[in-house]
Amino acid sequence: MNEKARLLRLIQQLDFSMYELSLYLDTHPSCANALERFEDLKEARRDAANEYVAKYGPLTHRGAGRGKAGEWSWLSMPWPWERSEN
Amino acid sequence: MWNYQKMLQYPVNIKNSDPRMAKLIISQLGGPDGEIGASMRYLSQRYIMPDDRAKGLLTDIGTEELAHMEIISAILYQLTRNLTTEQIKNSGFDTYFVDHTVGIYPSGANGMPFTAAYLQSTGDPITDLTEDMAAEQKARTTYDNILRLADDRDVRDPIRFLREREVVHFQRFGEALGIVQNSLNKNNIYACNPSFDKNCGKSPRS
Repeated sequence: MNEKARLLRLIQQLDFSMYELSLYLDTHPSCANALERFEDLKEARRDAANEYVAKYGPLTHRGAGRGKAGEWSWLSMPWPWERSEN
Repeated sequence: MWNYQKMLQYPVNIKNSDPRMAKLIISQLGGPDGEIGASMRYLSQRYIMPDDRAKGLLTDIGTEELAHMEIISAILYQLTRNLTTEQIKNSGFDTYFVDHTVGIYPSGANGMPFTAAYLQSTGDPITDLTEDMAAEQKARTTYDNILRLADDRDVRDPIRFLREREVVHFQRFGEALGIVQNSLNKNNIYACNPSFDKNCGKSPRS
């Protein structure tokens, strides 16, 4: 797995863990354990995503803009449903 | 409002095309117990929920189902790459191909287009959350049936992920139902609808 794919996989895993926790917190909003884990994941996720976006392009509209080629960077990477680019 | 992340919630990497499998898996896109129906159901029901926890849960699960809709669509897209005429003719995919080529169209395995008739939003939180629990089980059963018919490991992997999510969602909806019921008069939780009637809460109405 190349570096880009490895980073993307890490972000997917962190994102998923956060989402799963957020569903649990929706019905257990005062669970201190879950809240602490969520905050830890938030930090790890932010670092991984920052690294990815700096090197490979935006994951969200908010992160898009003038890309390395001088064009609208949102369109620049292959789309998620295409093989080995998700 | 919704933001979009240019990333699947779970990876899909299918090496071999299989239009016969696509014809079956499409039920989880636009079929009676598929992801589009699930998303529309939960996102529709969330507005009248009496408790913030139910509003949050329905919003979040409804949103996750859109991500699942995308995973199913990615599976279908990859299963229908580079098809030969022979493959199309021999797989039963020809009846879909005639109307949609290899485009993605929200429908079920028998060709029925998606319809809101597959869901309800009754405006009664006990009823809605009970329906949601049933919906997650129906989706789980459908994934079980797909797993009986799918041999390719590249296909089985994301399908197993999606199946596990249904089981977790069922658990969460059960908790939300308990939360709503606990906010009502335990001598008769059906005495009133907390999303419509005034003073519908723990103390008995006079």
